[in-house]
Amino acid sequence: MAVENGVENVTRWTRKDLLSIEELSREEIELVLKTAESFKEVSAREVKKVPALRGKTIANLFFEPSTRTRTSFEVAAKRLSADTINFSSSGSSTSKGESLSDTAKNIEAMHVDTIVMRHSSSGAAVHLARSIKAGVINAGDGIHEHPTQGLLDIFTMKERKHKIEGLKVCLIGDILHSRVARSNIWGLKKLGAKVTVCGPPTLIPPGIERLGVEVSYDLDKVIEHQDVLNILRIQLERQRGAFFPSIREYAAEYGLSKERMKRAKKDVIIMHPGPINRGVELAAEVADGPQSVILDQVTNGVAVRMAVLFHTTMVER
Amino acid sequence: MDKLILDAPSLERSVTRMAHEILEKNKGTEGLVLVGIQTRGVTLAARLGASIESIAGARVPSGVLDINLYRDDLTHAAEQPVIHKTEIACDLENRIVVLVDDVLYTGRTIRCALDALLVDFGRPRRIELAVLVDRGHRELPIRADFVGKNIPTSEDELVHVHFKETDGKDEVVVTPKHSRGR
Repeated sequence: MAVENGVENVTRWTRKDLLSIEELSREEIELVLKTAESFKEVSAREVKKVPALRGKTIANLFFEPSTRTRTSFEVAAKRLSADTINFSSSGSSTSKGESLSDTAKNIEAMHVDTIVMRHSSSGAAVHLARSIKAGVINAGDGIHEHPTQGLLDIFTMKERKHKIEGLKVCLIGDILHSRVARSNIWGLKKLGAKVTVCGPPTLIPPGIERLGVEVSYDLDKVIEHQDVLNILRIQLERQRGAFFPSIREYAAEYGLSKERMKRAKKDVIIMHPGPINRGVELAAEVADGPQSVILDQVTNGVAVRMAVLFHTTMVER
Repeated sequence: MDKLILDAPSLERSVTRMAHEILEKNKGTEGLVLVGIQTRGVTLAARLGASIESIAGARVPSGVLDINLYRDDLTHAAEQPVIHKTEIACDLENRIVVLVDDVLYTGRTIRCALDALLVDFGRPRRIELAVLVDRGHRELPIRADFVGKNIPTSEDELVHVHFKETDGKDEVVVTPKHSRGR
């Protein structure tokens, strides 16, 4: 592996932050996916650890409840030998009225290298990244983006379908409130996939066609053409605005049932960012069925987050 | 000026000789595993494996190691390394591991590889080192057991190992650092 043996022509990663997929180039996305592929092996070893981020400190700063994303980041950081600290909004000084940048500056004063943040306000991650020297990874900001989820979804699609270019992907459900949908759309479009969004008109933001996606309000019409069905969670906590008449009606129109699956391609894959509302957006038999890759998404999430933490934390501050 | 150090036939002969030496030192293929360091060490390991098989008639298992995550200069490397795959299919416990790389220089790559093998992949009985070129200038107390060719170099020179599989032809060339001849 001597350095003198020819320079590989590759994209260099120069960002200390990962704030959105919108800001990434196609090459940067491909670099993360490639690194993640190599990191996947680490989690399969008996000793699940490499010393790449030894001596680095990564803080999880979660202002919204989250178990799986926070845990996934924590496992990823630990597999790279970084030290991790967890802050959550309850029990922290934000509940005493401290501002976001004050909280972050206090964490930074402890010489944390990278902050992983989830926040209910869109744009919170960008704001934070501008105000501190530490790196910032956006783990979901309001209804804006959830870039690592987008990357792990794309990673899983690529693993199963061996390509993204030309792949037909349908995002189903609440597009309006979904940061996962936005990150998926940006990433998939940059890599050349054909993206359709499908859901009730009230949950599809007007003008979304400008991102280069097709819009459908009728799942039964589009399902048969798709290679990937990425089901979004109906965010019951965000449904105060009565965007559809009832949960039961939503399930009947847009829920992925066993019956509806009969119209889909035989080799379609079913994805869901979790947690699943079984029987609402996704029937239990389908979630647990052979086409479901939902648990692969969880496994791949660790590898992708390792890649993101590795690249961003390695950039000089 | 580019200096041709090994052409295709002499590179081939070096590999064959190294394969013989590996077999001689270890009295056969029993317990042997070849582990190539990404990227050209992997090619060399495959060549050695094929050569050993044609001499001894036995297939030696092999693995692939990426040492970038174990580098001591990772935090201040000017550019981020590309992380390649590590794949070591068999258990290394109690095996004789022949670590394979194209060029031995400062020894830091090998230090990383030893870290990875010893800490994360079990406890081999013995680790040996095979390199196609030893160019000197060691910064750590590390030596190779099997060497294709010793080349005295200055630190202002670069050693390029090219293999048919990755570079189109088999050769070893030394060039001055600033003018890359290709």
